[in-house]
Amino acid sequence: MKLLILIGLVLLIIAAHQLMRVVELSRQFKKGHEWSVSDTDNSFNGKAMLLFGFLFIGFFFWQVNRWSDNSLPGAASEHGLKVDALWDYNMYLISFVFVITNAFLFYFSYKYAGKKGVKATFFAHDNRLEMLWTIVPAVTLAFIIIFGLKYWNDITERSESPNKVTVELYAKQFDWTARYAGKDKVLGSTDYRQIDGGNDVGLDTLDATGYDDIIVKNEFHIPVGKEIEFKMRSRDVIHSAYMPHFRAQMNCVPGMVTEFKFTPNKTTAEMRKDPYVIQLMAGINEARAKKGEEPVEFDYILLCNKICGASHYNMQMTIVVESEKDYNDWLAKQKAVRTIAAK
Amino acid sequence: MANAHSANLTEHVGHHDHAHDHDEHEESFVSKYIFSMDHKMISRQFLITAIIMAVVAMTMSIIFRMQLAWPGEKFAFINAMLGDKWGKDGVLDPNMYLALVTIHGTIMVFFVLTGGLSGTFANLLIPYQVGARDMASGFLNMLSYWFFFLSSVIMLGSLFIEDGPASGGWTIYPPLSALPEAMPGSKLGMTLWLISMTLFVVSSLLGGINYIVTIINLRTKGMKMTRMPLTMWAMLITAILGVLSFPVLVSCVVLLICDRSLGTSFYLSDIYIGGRPLDNVGGSPVLFEHLFWFLGHPEVYIVLLPALGITSEIISTNSRKPIFGYRAMIGSMLAIGFLSFIVWGHHMFLTGMNPFLGSVFVFTTLLIAIPSAVKAFNYITTLWKGNIQYTPAMLFSIGLVSSFVTGGVTGIILADSTLDINVHDTYFVVAHFHIVMGLSAIFGMFAGVYHWFPKMFLRMMNKKLGYLHFWVTFVSAYGVFFPMHFLGLAGVPRRYYTNSAFPMFDNLVDINEIVTVFAIIAALAQFIFIFNFFYSMFRGEKSPQNPWNSNTLEWTTPMANIHGNWPGALPVVHRWAYDYSKPGAENDFIPQTVPLAEGEHDGGGH
Repeated sequence: MKLLILIGLVLLIIAAHQLMRVVELSRQFKKGHEWSVSDTDNSFNGKAMLLFGFLFIGFFFWQVNRWSDNSLPGAASEHGLKVDALWDYNMYLISFVFVITNAFLFYFSYKYAGKKGVKATFFAHDNRLEMLWTIVPAVTLAFIIIFGLKYWNDITERSESPNKVTVELYAKQFDWTARYAGKDKVLGSTDYRQIDGGNDVGLDTLDATGYDDIIVKNEFHIPVGKEIEFKMRSRDVIHSAYMPHFRAQMNCVPGMVTEFKFTPNKTTAEMRKDPYVIQLMAGINEARAKKGEEPVEFDYILLCNKICGASHYNMQMTIVVESEKDYNDWLAKQKAVRTIAAK
Repeated sequence: MANAHSANLTEHVGHHDHAHDHDEHEESFVSKYIFSMDHKMISRQFLITAIIMAVVAMTMSIIFRMQLAWPGEKFAFINAMLGDKWGKDGVLDPNMYLALVTIHGTIMVFFVLTGGLSGTFANLLIPYQVGARDMASGFLNMLSYWFFFLSSVIMLGSLFIEDGPASGGWTIYPPLSALPEAMPGSKLGMTLWLISMTLFVVSSLLGGINYIVTIINLRTKGMKMTRMPLTMWAMLITAILGVLSFPVLVSCVVLLICDRSLGTSFYLSDIYIGGRPLDNVGGSPVLFEHLFWFLGHPEVYIVLLPALGITSEIISTNSRKPIFGYRAMIGSMLAIGFLSFIVWGHHMFLTGMNPFLGSVFVFTTLLIAIPSAVKAFNYITTLWKGNIQYTPAMLFSIGLVSSFVTGGVTGIILADSTLDINVHDTYFVVAHFHIVMGLSAIFGMFAGVYHWFPKMFLRMMNKKLGYLHFWVTFVSAYGVFFPMHFLGLAGVPRRYYTNSAFPMFDNLVDINEIVTVFAIIAALAQFIFIFNFFYSMFRGEKSPQNPWNSNTLEWTTPMANIHGNWPGALPVVHRWAYDYSKPGAENDFIPQTVPLAEGEHDGGGH
């Protein structure tokens, strides 16, 4: 390899040397100077700008057409539906601005490419035009701000629902743990100094409300149609609990308890029957087959989305959304952490 | 000489020996090329250092892009670059991956786009364009470069230590960056990062204060603030942003150093790591984020405004038209500068910061779209009915306008906290800020180099190679960053060593491959530029005095790098910088030094 690099370097030097000779030779034959831009140069670059404009906007639509089907499926939570609708409006708007503005830019770049003997129009300012493109963006942004903030306030409001299910997501390098309140519906308090091999999330052993808490790893379940209140904690560094299918994300910060709430509206089983998801999974399984890997089924997932160390890229937990009955059955099968009390 | 002295008092300020500038006293190699106090030499020093740093950071990006497109594949290239420790059998180590993205970001944002862009063009252009003999303080200016150099050396040096360089991301959020147990990069590498950045801030402050003082105090006769080229306005506002925000980074860094070394708890609380609970309680990483982004967001405009200033000048000159809406351009830069200080919280919507506070930042952030839109439309109107001269600088300037729009509009999505929830820290963000900084700001820098190369090195760069460089770069840069939006829409988080741990990302392999292939092409294209740059420096065609038929003062200086810039008296300014194609004038440009004709109005009226 070292030899290859050496050869590469030598070739590069030879190439550079040849390039220098070409440049120097061509200069002898050239009429113009490096600073003088000929009509040919202008016309070439003007046309290239126009061509680029077409290709660029074409590339944009090509990507939308080809890759939108790889995007996340429609939101699987109630607030997420609103987020998606707002997203679509904003996306249409900015795509419109993007296409129009670039179209004008590249068209003008072509149309007004310099020619000898032409004089540009002295046009230094125009108050009406400038007012126009101050006021139109300002009004548009007012709408964007109003809708954005309205939804944001709804989403971040504290959970008031009496039937809510509280789940704690506990992050550490490099995995997740979920904790449920148990029969007393109260999460036991915690103390990071009591963390040890048998007390992974640092339950306070003096707090009896924690004895019936339920701790699960790898996979956690939530009932459909009920508000889920998440409380996030971290043991070591900042992590971020990202649940993209529900349009939910919140950092897990050591020393703090952060919150996020949402109401899932589709069970995992329902999602697996969704036509878009079927199409999405077909694409995924096709790609997996090429790599020689087993096909997979759709699952909701919790990822870490804040750099947290070497295995940041593999910090995941499966989320199962199911009917309330199935959820209760599942929960009943989980063991409480009562063992801690015995100490 | 005598009348030169009396002609203008300002020329004496800070320049003892410059009055006798053209009796060319002998200079040693050291005082001319190394510890130079001449703004032109310092500008060249900044530029060449930045080019070296940029090549390092670009190479890093190729290494991690190869890993992302073909995870786990063995590449002799990776092994050759990183050795057996970090690239065993040609596979990138996960810790080294994080180190590379961290140092790539740090170098690009600070060393290339802050030190390199402002350092090069503020130094070169401020004395030239305001009509001064040199910077207000040549000595501080020299220190500014050498602090920058020292900080660059330490940053590069940190690549060669045993545990590897800092690797907690360029935003170095604690506790990850504070605790050596958290990752190898938080050991000595992080210490060196912090030292390097502190020196960098010293450099930036010494430079910034100098830029402000020079622009305010050393303008030549007739150079009213409202006659200054937009480059000067951009440099002035940039310098003010830097002086006000960089010290906050230092306080942020000092507190982190205390947490790392002195056992304090500014950012740390309730942590259990490395098999034991830490004693620290009461601190908060959110405090760090506030301090960091109080610099971090103005920093975005510190990066962008000089590029916008440079292209304003280039687009006007090469459209042979006045810049459209000169005062609106100044107004929007001032507005952007002001707003940039009250938007930092939009990086923190999901950090546990009070959501109401988030709402305030949504509002202020989206306001920035207004002056930005004004700027974009004004550029486009400047092209309208122009007589566009396609110099390589002009191509890059038009490229800047395109990418400024393309990258700007996705900012509207990200500034909206509701929409940010699902794309925060995904590739959608990576696409957004790379199109704004990696395309726009870098294009501004290229434009500046092509345009002012004759002023720096008295020779011309090769035009055809410039065209080739632009077109390959423009196409492939969009090819790299546009598809990344779609990775974001699929929910791919940034800073993942590989996406293969999640089956849900398996269908995105082709996007990652396209991105990497374009990245490799773009990187190779930069060698065209580097060749053109260094070749033309020595062998390029000799430049005439005013190669682009431009109005600004730097083109009235002789084609020789002399101390004091003008051999005789300082020029006197009679008009704004944008009298291109003025009706009734003989030429399509009227330099700022030409007196107003009878009945002629200054500043765009006619």
